[in-house]
Amino acid sequence: MTGTDLFEGVSDAEDLLQVEDVVKHFPVRGGAVRDRATGQVRAVDGVSFSLKVGETLGLVGESGCGKSTLARLVTALHPVTSGHIQFKGKEITTLSRRQMRPLRRSVQMVFQDPYGSLNPRRRVGSILTDPFSVHGSLSRGEAKRQVQELMARVGLSPEHYNRFPSEFSGGQRQRIGIARALALRPDLIVCDEPVSALDVSIQAQIINLLEDLQDEFMLTYIFIAHDLSVVRHVSDRIAVMYLGKLVETGPVEEIYSRSRHPYSASLLSAVPVAEKAFRSVRKQRVILTGDVPSPVRPPSGCRFHPRCPKAQAICAEEEPVLEQKQGDGPGHLTACHFPVTAGEALALASREDPPSPDAAPSLSQGAPQ
Amino acid sequence: MALLDVRDLRVSFDTDDGTVYAVQGMSFTVEAGKTLGIVGESGSGKSVCTQAIMGLTPGAKVSGQALLDGVDLLAMDEHELEGIRGSKVSLIFQDPLTSLHPLYRVGHQIAEVMQAHGKMKRDQAEARAVELLHLVGIPQPERRVRDYPHQFSGGMRQRVMIAMALALAPALIIADEPTTALDVTVQAQILELLGRMQSDFQTAVILITHDLGVVADVADDIVIMYGGRPMERADVEAAFIEPHHPYTQGLLQSIPSYSGRSGRLRPIKGYPPSLMRQIDECPFAGRCPHVQDACRAAPPPLKPVGTRPGHVSACVLPSDRVGHSFDAADDPVAAGSSRR
Repeated sequence: MTGTDLFEGVSDAEDLLQVEDVVKHFPVRGGAVRDRATGQVRAVDGVSFSLKVGETLGLVGESGCGKSTLARLVTALHPVTSGHIQFKGKEITTLSRRQMRPLRRSVQMVFQDPYGSLNPRRRVGSILTDPFSVHGSLSRGEAKRQVQELMARVGLSPEHYNRFPSEFSGGQRQRIGIARALALRPDLIVCDEPVSALDVSIQAQIINLLEDLQDEFMLTYIFIAHDLSVVRHVSDRIAVMYLGKLVETGPVEEIYSRSRHPYSASLLSAVPVAEKAFRSVRKQRVILTGDVPSPVRPPSGCRFHPRCPKAQAICAEEEPVLEQKQGDGPGHLTACHFPVTAGEALALASREDPPSPDAAPSLSQGAPQ
Repeated sequence: MALLDVRDLRVSFDTDDGTVYAVQGMSFTVEAGKTLGIVGESGSGKSVCTQAIMGLTPGAKVSGQALLDGVDLLAMDEHELEGIRGSKVSLIFQDPLTSLHPLYRVGHQIAEVMQAHGKMKRDQAEARAVELLHLVGIPQPERRVRDYPHQFSGGMRQRVMIAMALALAPALIIADEPTTALDVTVQAQILELLGRMQSDFQTAVILITHDLGVVADVADDIVIMYGGRPMERADVEAAFIEPHHPYTQGLLQSIPSYSGRSGRLRPIKGYPPSLMRQIDECPFAGRCPHVQDACRAAPPPLKPVGTRPGHVSACVLPSDRVGHSFDAADDPVAAGSSRR
C-alpha cells in the first residue's frame, strides 16, 4: 500500500478529526545532584473535541493554558501522554514515523512568527520547493512551475522566486508561510497565532486570504489567536481552554453572546472593543483577579475555582463535567457546576483579592513632596 | 496651556544602510490629567517620537520643540533631563521583564527612584515602596517588596512598573504599549489600574499602542500616526464616529467587528512606505483610494475637519467629508457623502 491513500476518502458528514481525552504532561527537571523529573507540567489534561470538514475551530485561552500544546498534539509534533486522536477515522497516536508521512501531508501548520519560521539563508523558491521534494516526485521544472503558481495564489509575485525571506515584509512572509502549508493540498491547517505579529491593515489581508483558501480548497482550520475579535470573525466553533482543560465549547455566536462558563464570560468581557466608542454602550466588564495558577499543581476540583466569582464549596472538591447545560443548543458544552445564566452580572470577587480602591491608602496625601 | 506641546518634531538615525527618517514632522499636545492615545502601525514612528522627547534616542538627529510646562525638553542637556525623567515625566514600557533589573529586589528598585531624586531617605523610601505596591494591587506588599522581578508574573511586573512610575507623582506618564505583552484578562486589570491611578493622581498619560480597542477604551484624544507624521487628531468619539483621513477609515475597517461576523474584511491595500527617504508627499498617497495630484505635491498640513473642535486631519479631501465612506472609493458620487 502506498502511504498516500491511507488518509484518503472521508465524506463531508464525517468528522475529519476526533480528539478523545488527550493528555500531555511534560516532566519538570531539576534536582541538586542528578537530573531527574521532579514534577509534571499538565499542559493538556484530558481534552476531547471533534472537527468536521471545512469547519474552523477557534481555540482561545490565556497564555499557558495549553492551546499551542494541543495544536502540536493534533499535528503529531508531540507524542501524546495518553488519549486518542483520530484523523479521517484512523488512529494517529500509535503511528510509526514512516506511517506518519502521509499524515504530515494532510495536516499542516502556520506559525506566528514569520521571521523565525523561515530559514533566512535560503531563497523563497527553495523553501517552497521543499514540500514537493520531500513528499512528491516532481521534476525540477514542474516543481518550480507549481511553486510559482502557489506564490501567485497567496498574493506574492512569482518573480520573487529567487529572493531571500529578509527581502519581504512581515505580511509577505506570512504569505510565504501559508504557501508552504498549502503546497501539498492538506485537509487540516493549524494556524497558531497567524496574524498576531502583523499590523492591523496587513492582518486583514491575511485573514481574507485564509478565508478564500478555505473556500477554494475545502480546508479545515484550527485557529489559535489571542485577539478574540479575529477569532470570532474566522471561527465556526469556539473552544475555550483554561489550565489544560476545555471549559466551554460551542457555536461561535452562542459562545460570544451567551457564554455559560464564568471564565469564558470574563475572558470575553475583558476584550477592549474599538466599536464601543461609537456605540457608547459600555459592556459590563468582569475583571478577573489574581493570575493563572501553575499547571504543575493545578487547583483541585474545577481549576478555575480560586478566581471564580461564583465558586462554592463543591467547586473545590468535584471536577465539573463538560456537558450540555439546560437551555443551550446541541454542541454547546460547559464544564461548570454553576453556569452563568442570561442577564446575570458576575460579581467581582476572588479568594486572593487585591485591595479594593476604597481600601487603598489615599494617593493624594501619600505623594511625596 | 497644554502640559506638553510638541511642535514639528523630526527624528532621524544614520544607519549603515542610510538615513532612517523615523519621525518627519510630528506635532501634538497633551492636556494635564488627560489621556492621549498615539496610534500607529509598526514603523510609524510612534515610539521614537516619545523616546526622542525624553532624550532616549542616542545618536539620533532630533529637531523641533517639546515644551513641558513651557520649557523645551529638546534644548536640555543630559543633566537637566535626568531631573525631569522619573519626577516630572515617567515611562512604562511594553516588556516589564527587561525594564526591571533582574538582580535587585523590586522594593529596592522602586525606592531607588525616590532616592535618586533626593526626595527621601532610604527607610522612608522603602516604606513608601510597600505603600505603592499595595496601591497597585499587589497582595502582601510587605513580603513582596523583598522579591526579585522573576518571582512576579507578567501582569504583576507591569504593576511594579506602574508603582515605580507613580513613585514621584509625575505630571505625565508615557506608557509605550503597556499591555501588549499581556493576556486580555490581565490587560483589563492593568488598564483599569492605570485609569484609577490617573484619576487619583491627576496625571496626564500618553498611551502608545497599535490596538484601537485599547485607545477606544481609555483615551480622551487620539493622534493617528503614519509614515512618521500625524494623519489625524480628534477626541476619541470623533475619531471613531467621524474619521476624516482615509488612513483612519481604512484602519477602522480592517479590524474584525467584535459584535459579529461582518463578512469580508476590507484591508488597506499595499504596504507602508519606506522611511529611508524624506517623504515629500502624503505618506499614505501610495495606498489611498482617493489619491489626487495635490496629495503628491507636498504632505498636506493638518486642517480642521468635521463638526467637533480640535478635530484635524492631514488630508486634502473636503473637511465636511467625514464618516465611514472608505469602501465607496470606487463610486465618486457616494464617496462624497458621509454615512451620518
